[in-house]
Amino acid sequence: MNKVRTLEFDEAIDDALGQAMAANPRVMVIGEDVGMIRHNLLVRFGRERIKSAPISESAFVGAGVTAAMAGLRPVVEVMIVDFIGVAMDAILNHAAKIKSFSGGKWNVPMVVRAACGGGYGDGGQHEQSLWGWLAHIPGLTVVVPSTPADAGGLMLAAIESDDPVIFLEHKLLSPSWLDFMGRGGRSTVEFDVPPTGTMGECPKKWQPLAIGKAACRREGEDLTLVSVGVGVHRCLEAAQELAKQRISASVLDLRSVVPLDKDILYEQILKTKRLIVVDEDYQGFGLSGEVAAVALESGLKFSFARVCTKQTIPFTRHLEDQVLPNTQRICAASIALMQN
Amino acid sequence: MQPDLWSLYRLMLYSRRFEEAVAALWHAGHISGEMHLGIGEEAIVAAVVSQLEDQDAMALDHRGTPPLLMRGVDPVRLLLEFLGHPDGLCGGHGGHMHLFSVKHLSASSGIVGASGPSAVGFALAAQHLRPGSVAVAFFGEGALNQGMLMESMNLAAAWHLPVLFVCKDNEWAITTKSATVTGGNLMNRAGSFGMKTMAVDGSDIEACWQSAWEALCQTRDNGEPVYLHASCIHLEGHFLGDQLIRTSRHPVKEMRKMTGPLMRSFAKMHGSNVRKRMGGLRHILATIQNIRTQMSIKRDPVVILRQKLHGEELQLKLLEDKIDTEIEQVLEACGLADVKVNDE
Repeated sequence: MNKVRTLEFDEAIDDALGQAMAANPRVMVIGEDVGMIRHNLLVRFGRERIKSAPISESAFVGAGVTAAMAGLRPVVEVMIVDFIGVAMDAILNHAAKIKSFSGGKWNVPMVVRAACGGGYGDGGQHEQSLWGWLAHIPGLTVVVPSTPADAGGLMLAAIESDDPVIFLEHKLLSPSWLDFMGRGGRSTVEFDVPPTGTMGECPKKWQPLAIGKAACRREGEDLTLVSVGVGVHRCLEAAQELAKQRISASVLDLRSVVPLDKDILYEQILKTKRLIVVDEDYQGFGLSGEVAAVALESGLKFSFARVCTKQTIPFTRHLEDQVLPNTQRICAASIALMQN
Repeated sequence: MQPDLWSLYRLMLYSRRFEEAVAALWHAGHISGEMHLGIGEEAIVAAVVSQLEDQDAMALDHRGTPPLLMRGVDPVRLLLEFLGHPDGLCGGHGGHMHLFSVKHLSASSGIVGASGPSAVGFALAAQHLRPGSVAVAFFGEGALNQGMLMESMNLAAAWHLPVLFVCKDNEWAITTKSATVTGGNLMNRAGSFGMKTMAVDGSDIEACWQSAWEALCQTRDNGEPVYLHASCIHLEGHFLGDQLIRTSRHPVKEMRKMTGPLMRSFAKMHGSNVRKRMGGLRHILATIQNIRTQMSIKRDPVVILRQKLHGEELQLKLLEDKIDTEIEQVLEACGLADVKVNDE
């Protein structure tokens, strides 16, 4: 029996990463500031395997691609996903394409790990989600966990994957990132942190969690709320509120944007006939449209709404709160859909 | 040419006091997100900005507050911006990392190195539309490892553009000691693009002013890029609440939080050998030790300039009191009259 313990979200990721590093000397961490941010792993594995990089994203992500092709299993940290813009060529034109261009003869077992998401007032150059933007590129796997147990299991699966995986960790779920970027040691600010996501039971020994399997977090009859990351917790809060108004909502946690678990999605739509996608990433040309499209392609008949981010995220907390999906917006969209 | 030390002291001290007020507001929870201050780099910024002309442009990094204040942006609108007020410089949307002033042809970015391409574009527009004007790029030494800044230097050199590249070298790339992730010599690196390069002590305002004067003349008159490298300190670390600074200021409290998990991980089964583990531990201790030397006020440009003006105590007191009053008025205009400055 695998013993259980309670870990924080980011602790779980580093713990699984540590297990993978202990098991396989080819696994190493490269990235900005990892000497400080991953200091616990640094004192266990040394500077050769926890390798601090200069602020040169295009170089060290690009190097991660060929290091992976040549036998290493790099976990490359770009600090926050917004900075991936600087390294986009390595991801868009190389990591994602090598396998296809080589006729399937060469692969890129690289993990790109980045913090993502907003809700702490830092603005749209530091708070984007971008999973839909990355998922748009064939050849990339994009995982977005919402609980500590999933985060650890998915990190292990990402490292074991023979193809490039983007691993996105929401800052509101990761106490160390939230402290690094938003709180900075002060006790004078508060954020809307979903407690069910930051702390949770984890196995003593990690097993990889199959990538591409969504989890139904709540069963309902009237409508299905679909999301990833912090959005899942907002949906669960909304579902509780909606229950008071006798609306019964399912909450589906996709866990990965690519691959998209279509089967469980179809099942839920078939049952509830109403679908709402809650996506902290941008609304246009993203996850919400994709989910609607695959469901329509399958021939299902359903009514649809979405609660997403439509504009550049302002840094101010009260403006940001209006822009990011929140429980009130989800409830309002749900009620409107029920009345349709 | 000789600098007017009194007007420079005014610019530098005003910026310092303004940012100290910002720090107090941030600590009190009035300002969200991160907060990167320019405390410690006021001399090189004042030296350059005080010699700019009306049509010159500025490409700023994540420490845009001092250059904008010194350029003449309304401090009330700047502070309102940090507070997220609709009357702020950018309507409360941008905050301190994303400051823009059309009137001052000034644009900032939170992406390290982005001021390079921005300055090149400003200079290209200057060449066509505002001949005789220049563009300044402010950035840190960490940005010199960013490809886009290297590419911008080449572009400015190849296209003969009037860009002044100003490196404020505080020796730290976020929480990583730059020397540990940088190859070669930065002066040589910039010089290899064929630009004139100059190095200056960023704590010495007279030297900074002289270098900035020469650099600006060169780029304005010849329409060629110049690289100016100033060694600075950053007394508040990368940003407010910087873990290294916190650990350095409150070692017992901060190390207590850090030590348990650190030692447990150090002793954990399965990992590297003891020598490598010790190497990791030594690296962390050395990093914390290194930041302590950065926090010394011996190289504080504001303190050093004040010492130079020593002897004129009455005039100093009048100026300093006046600045304190002005900052109080700014706070009052922002509805924050009761906020105590220097109160962490």
